[in-house]
Amino acid sequence: MKSKITIGILGIQGDIEENKKVAEDALNHLKLTGTVQLVKYSQDLNEIDGLILPGGESTVVGTLIKIRDGLLTAIKRRIMEDMPVLGTCAGMIMLSRRAYDRIIGDTKQELLSSLDIVVERNAFGRQKDSFEAGLQIPALGQNSAFKGVFIRAPIVSEVGNAVDIIARLDDKIVGVRQRNIIATSFHPELSGDNRIHKEFIRVVKDYKLKKLTVDSNAV
Amino acid sequence: MTISLVAAEYESKGIGYIKSENSANRGTTLLKRGFAHMQKHGVIMDVTSVEQSQIAEEAGAVAVMVLDKLPYDVRKSGGVARTASVKTIEDIMDAVSIPIMAKCRIGHVSEADILSVMGVDMIDESEVLTPADELRHIWKWNYTTPFVNGAKNLGEALRRVEEGCAMIRTKGEPGTGNVAEAVTHITRVNNEIRHVCSLSENYPELIKASRELMVSLPLVEETAKIGRIPVVNFAAGGISTPADAALLMNLGCDGVFVGSGVFKADDASERAQAIVLAVAYHDNPKIVFEAQKMVDEKKSMLGLDTNHLELKMQERGPSV
Repeated sequence: MKSKITIGILGIQGDIEENKKVAEDALNHLKLTGTVQLVKYSQDLNEIDGLILPGGESTVVGTLIKIRDGLLTAIKRRIMEDMPVLGTCAGMIMLSRRAYDRIIGDTKQELLSSLDIVVERNAFGRQKDSFEAGLQIPALGQNSAFKGVFIRAPIVSEVGNAVDIIARLDDKIVGVRQRNIIATSFHPELSGDNRIHKEFIRVVKDYKLKKLTVDSNAV
Repeated sequence: MTISLVAAEYESKGIGYIKSENSANRGTTLLKRGFAHMQKHGVIMDVTSVEQSQIAEEAGAVAVMVLDKLPYDVRKSGGVARTASVKTIEDIMDAVSIPIMAKCRIGHVSEADILSVMGVDMIDESEVLTPADELRHIWKWNYTTPFVNGAKNLGEALRRVEEGCAMIRTKGEPGTGNVAEAVTHITRVNNEIRHVCSLSENYPELIKASRELMVSLPLVEETAKIGRIPVVNFAAGGISTPADAALLMNLGCDGVFVGSGVFKADDASERAQAIVLAVAYHDNPKIVFEAQKMVDEKKSMLGLDTNHLELKMQERGPSV
């Protein structure tokens, strides 16, 4: 494939630069030409082949993309057209169809509702209960365990039929995939391991290839 | 690695982190600094009640900082300022889903312990409260709860990192509604970092710089290598308007704390929203303008002239 891949990072709030860095590493590792750029306005979405929703506070991101520039609807539309998305922690919450807090209950927050899951926010407790734990993620091959960095992390409490579970921690669901949408409760951008970002970029590459084929057939 | 862990060797000097049997580790440097990374590009708001914390969350605050009195009122009331009431903090913890931070006095290990046991998400060892130890800061590696500390220059910032804090904020001059001091502090830190960067790999100069800054060499080396403070760095002290927040973001801060600026203004809710918007889009003057339009200058806190203050909070506490 000749054309270069453009990965977008939703650049509103959270660990934006950290995701950018790992995505760039992953592109290099896969020997793909591509760029990683921030998405802050709805027109930025026209330039990208895949979007990463970083970690942060989902309530903040939701509030801002709702009031800004139709960003919420624009992102939803691109996801509906099958654009690949990776959501980590707050990003997973943003993608879900319903979110509730372990203590507070249902949170009145804006969600993309693109991924057929329900998430429980702060499911493990507060920051002092944040933890690192080794995860077995079969989708990444039988290699060494992936270091899961869970910071005030959510868990997936319900999944729809179209959703595959890609990571579990004991009996809890902490990673899912639904077609081109990948979401994790943990922060792969902080673990010094780019395998999840690489997996995502492979999905983006396939999507782009398919799109190019469709476009050229149309000509 | 996207998080700097260079000072993490100090972890072993305290109880460090809790290594549990099922291999889930809590309180590691990565988790503590990682928490601060999640706050980036956000606004942390000072609150004194459940009602204020809900206004802050609704407006898009990334976290709330619970105090007994806003810094402006600490100044007005005089006396000793201590950590907030346990009851207030607990009520706020049950009322909002975003992280809760609270302040303890500088060097007051027991106040920090109490906040930690309660499960506050981050502790601010703060000069806004009356220092409890004039000579020592808390050894923060001992806690699973991450800490934030104030600094007005690079040496102070790195010394606090060396003591185990996971996040830095400029001191500014709290409760004045005047950003001048915060601007001075971040500009100074930026200039000092630029200087340290110019010494990269030049060890005779780096060791000299580390002695001048009164911090260990590895930390100075790391700063020179990555060209920034090795932990997340927020602006604080005197931010009152969306334009103030954008000014500090454009100077290279990772986010802002707003103390008295929101809840000492007469348009708290709109102002809180406007500051959140201005921080996220600080690099776009048109959107900062829109944010500024959401607030009324007549409703801003009046503020204080920092040249004629009875109490300079930034000068309080241990000198090294």
